[in-house]
Amino acid sequence: MSFPWAQHYTPKHPLMRWLDEKLPLPRLVYNAVGGGYPVPRNLNYFWNFGVLAGAALAIQLITGIVLAMHYASNADLAFNSVEHIMRDVNSGWLIRYAHSTGASFFFIVVYLHIFRGLYYGSYKAPREMVWLLGVVIFLLMMATAFMGYVLPWGQMSFWGAQVITGFFSAIPLVGEPIREWLLGGFAPDNATLNRFFSLHYLLPFVIAAVIVLHIWALHIPGSNNPTGVDVKGPQDTVPFHPYYTAKDGFGLGVFLIVFSIILFFAPNALGHPDNYIQANPMSTPAHIVPEWYFWPFYAILRAFTVNFFWIPAKLWGVVAMFGSIALLFFLPWLDNSPVRSATYRPLYKKFFWILVADVLILGLCGVKPVEEPWLRLSQLAAGYYFAHFLIILPIIAWIERPLPLPASISESVLNGEAQDGASPDQAA
Amino acid sequence: MVRPIAFLVGLVFVAALVVALLIPREAAEITAAQVFHKEPKAFHLASDGPLGRFDRQQLQRGFQVYKEVCSACHSLHLVAFRDLEEIGFSKAEVKAIANQWAIEVPSVNPDTGEPATRKALPSDHFPTPYANETAARAANNNALPPDLSLIVKAREGHAAYLHSLLTGYSEVPAELKRRFPDAVPPDTLHYNPYFANLAIAMPPPLVADGQVEYSDGTPSTIENYSTDVAAFLTWAAEPKLEQRHRTGLGVLIFLLITTTLGFFAYRNVWAGVKH
Repeated sequence: MSFPWAQHYTPKHPLMRWLDEKLPLPRLVYNAVGGGYPVPRNLNYFWNFGVLAGAALAIQLITGIVLAMHYASNADLAFNSVEHIMRDVNSGWLIRYAHSTGASFFFIVVYLHIFRGLYYGSYKAPREMVWLLGVVIFLLMMATAFMGYVLPWGQMSFWGAQVITGFFSAIPLVGEPIREWLLGGFAPDNATLNRFFSLHYLLPFVIAAVIVLHIWALHIPGSNNPTGVDVKGPQDTVPFHPYYTAKDGFGLGVFLIVFSIILFFAPNALGHPDNYIQANPMSTPAHIVPEWYFWPFYAILRAFTVNFFWIPAKLWGVVAMFGSIALLFFLPWLDNSPVRSATYRPLYKKFFWILVADVLILGLCGVKPVEEPWLRLSQLAAGYYFAHFLIILPIIAWIERPLPLPASISESVLNGEAQDGASPDQAA
Repeated sequence: MVRPIAFLVGLVFVAALVVALLIPREAAEITAAQVFHKEPKAFHLASDGPLGRFDRQQLQRGFQVYKEVCSACHSLHLVAFRDLEEIGFSKAEVKAIANQWAIEVPSVNPDTGEPATRKALPSDHFPTPYANETAARAANNNALPPDLSLIVKAREGHAAYLHSLLTGYSEVPAELKRRFPDAVPPDTLHYNPYFANLAIAMPPPLVADGQVEYSDGTPSTIENYSTDVAAFLTWAAEPKLEQRHRTGLGVLIFLLITTTLGFFAYRNVWAGVKH
């Protein structure tokens, strides 16, 4: 579906006309990310991160496929095969560092993408399905990243796998058999490494498929915008191409510059030194920490330290950690304020920034050892995290008095000035 | 229906955390390591920084220290003799170094099929000083000398940590003996405030100036041995560092130009459209 004023695809070349009759793929692309998709004209740079996440996935797929040509998924060979890539494969160091740094950058842009969605209320009706699919993509990314981190078979790979699969043993009665079934043994070993490699190769393609659904669902109502106000007419939109392809092109350049600075000049800054030690089941690292993008969730896991209501602390931690992501599935219904953008929600905006600070504090607690003051701080921060989504948001929606909304996007853009002639859509 | 249920679930999670938060717990005991452990010394190598390059003369001296001191116990199994050409040795020199290496490479006797050893070739990786972990532990009071190929990247603090550790051995401080008598290292371990738990199994490897004879005029001091071997092991851990820096510079220049053009293209497309 699209707005009635969307431009229509009209193939000019006979070959394109022929193709359009047999397989209208160019028409699909035109309507998805071409001139046929009208987009609000007032999007700011935060709307670049969806495209950047797609670019990050493409980088991971390309570098990953090449890495798989040289990597050996065998517990005896994996660590040295990664070093073989780093030392002997032509440009292997570049491909491997691009993949390891690329994982971090995928999460950076996705976190900013989620930030955008939370601030401007992009998860609200009529875009609930876009949000739900986004949470699914996020979960798939986490699973993929975790399994990818196990593949170099360093100390953090091994002990990370040990800790994370250990979550399942918290399930009463069937936990331990499930853990052994997942690992293919009593502890992470060759069977674990092989299945993680297989799944790590599979899941990115599942992610790509869910991204297609994510974009499909987005194109039904069309993109949200910084005012959160619905598109009212052609004067509110511009065609995706060339307006947003040009803007995304520039955004991609900035992304690649920041990515390259880390990739070429500090490729190990986001990793842990212990992963340059080959996995050793007989030697536990002093502090087992996951990759930075899991720190907030790791802090939530470890914040539950007491058995409460006859449920052991470990099970509380595991349920809370999964719950902290699962609750995002209910967000569109927890926050039922009809106003989307935080710009017009003074109370929501305050609590939103508290949430941002809260998640950063959780991240800091996640990398620190379990001792004071970090433990108490993480308990406070984890408490706020749950309170924010489950208690505070519904109350805000109930008591808040939003600021007056602009009548339309074009009104907010033009600030009362005269209309600048026909909209580009009409002119085109 | 979602909101009342969420409210209750939220209360339960918050209650579990508040109970955990309020339960008093014993203050953690202060350990000797918390008081006496030191952060690595300030340390600089030519390869540091975004445009850093290796000082080949220094790497060769560092290699000499590895060969004459470290290699007695520590392997370097990810590095091949041929790789030494990258730090300025000629093909002939590499051949001689491999041929004269104190430890021979495991092989098979071509006549009998019995296990044998042969002289190393440039294509061989550095042979390991011990046949296996058991042999290594048997010779070192049950401690295992780690492989040094990646040691610089595998330790917090990197080359600075290595240099600090090698030059950081000292007497056990009197205050530590008084406050933490249990933390005084036994005879088989050695006090080193740069080591995580203060007691390292490795005896001080660099003991006297002149222990290794430098031939390029650099003073033969412990400080220089330690600096040079840290530089050599930085190269061993990241041999492609110079290519990485060079490629990175080119990529950044390209991206800056392209992105600038991209910015003007974007402004051009949007000219006249208020947004």
